[in-house]
Amino acid sequence: MENDVITLAPWQVALAYLFVVVILFILRRRSIRREKILLLATVRMTIQLIVMGYVLTLIIDNPHPLLTMLVIVLMLAFAVFTVLRRFKGRMSPSLKRVVLITLPGGSLVALLYFLFVVIRIEPFYNPQYFIPISGMVIGNSMTGITLGVNTMINRFTDQKAAVMEALHLGATPRDASHGIINEAFDQAIMPTLNNMLGMGVIFLPGMMTGQILSGVSPSLAILYQIGVMLAILGGVSFSTYLFLRVGYRTFFNRQAQLIGMD
Amino acid sequence: MFELTDVVYRDVLRVDSMIIQAGSVTAVVGESGGGKSTLLKLLNKTLSPDKGSIRFEGEDLASRDSVTHRRRVVYLNQTPYLFPGTIRSNLQQGLFFQGRGEADQASLAAVLEEVGLDKSLDGDVKRLSGGERQRLALARVLLLGSDVLLLDEPSGALDDDSEDALLAMVVRLARERGKTLVMVTHSKAQARKHADHLFVVQRGRIEEVVSHGE
Repeated sequence: MENDVITLAPWQVALAYLFVVVILFILRRRSIRREKILLLATVRMTIQLIVMGYVLTLIIDNPHPLLTMLVIVLMLAFAVFTVLRRFKGRMSPSLKRVVLITLPGGSLVALLYFLFVVIRIEPFYNPQYFIPISGMVIGNSMTGITLGVNTMINRFTDQKAAVMEALHLGATPRDASHGIINEAFDQAIMPTLNNMLGMGVIFLPGMMTGQILSGVSPSLAILYQIGVMLAILGGVSFSTYLFLRVGYRTFFNRQAQLIGMD
Repeated sequence: MFELTDVVYRDVLRVDSMIIQAGSVTAVVGESGGGKSTLLKLLNKTLSPDKGSIRFEGEDLASRDSVTHRRRVVYLNQTPYLFPGTIRSNLQQGLFFQGRGEADQASLAAVLEEVGLDKSLDGDVKRLSGGERQRLALARVLLLGSDVLLLDEPSGALDDDSEDALLAMVVRLARERGKTLVMVTHSKAQARKHADHLFVVQRGRIEEVVSHGE
């Protein structure tokens, strides 16, 4: 099977940049001011992947537990930083701390279970499995938490009257936030669930496509994809649930009063 | 029951001294934006004073558990929030928030009758008028049977006659059941008619002008 793989030369990949040129042309023509971000995204994607290619080659060729751990820590740090930057000025310091703990916490629970109990990788730090699967789980958890944070912040603003009414009637902060927590969780996991609904029918996921292209049998690629999708669902759900269960408290003070209510 | 001393909340309200006795009916009147609602929220502990002390049954409010306190001292907002759903679900919601079981059909029907809301329990709250919404919110508070009722303009959306009837009903129920009632009203005449004690808030300061409860 390995012999069937069509190797891709850099000049062939360069041909794919024609898409960017066409889109650039359309943007110019329609006066849609997105040329800068298109170019930036294209350049960043290219550089980031090339660098990651070299780093992965280096790490896979020289496997070491500390190196694997370092990559995971960097991925988690980047994910946390991305969420914090996205909500710059809208998150309280305490809510930021909750993201800092729950995003890595929830992702790692799902990730370690999948790698050590489901796949049972050997050795335990095997970077060939650890790194790409971590990337998918952590990346999706980051998206889930981002949606959760967004819904929670918005609802504590536009449903302030409902939260206040509940407090006036003697609700605990947890009961007063019940509806907001549920809605935020729903918003956070919905993209993953939609993804699962369409998987294999509407689209073939990237990881599976990649494996099949590189010569892995479709049946094995599918088993991996099912496992990874469930691990992603776990990572998104655990991290978002943890975030929401702890995060709502940061909207209240020690006297169970809504912060900034007057 | 409540004893306020040198209470300051931002530049909104200043109370040098105020005593609210258990089982009394107290009315608070004054200009809008003068701090009347703030006073009730301080008593309900959804706000805390910047300075001074509020004591409840001799205990400093700052050291009382807020949720336990609010379950005994319940506050009805001037523009109450009704949760999406039916009249029944809104009535039950208050009990849920207090960690209590559901009320039976007879209790729900009785409380609606008390507040003069002639609607089906299964009616959608979206279809209620301003006055009906206020009556439902009042019914939700009454159903809780809390020791202290803090009512912020409970009849603000009603015409004069309905307002008088509703206040008379609330005051009667409070007296019959031995509750302490503190209500904000825009009408000094209504306040004089129904309350034992009358406080006036002016430019953020509060003073007692009438006391004929004792």
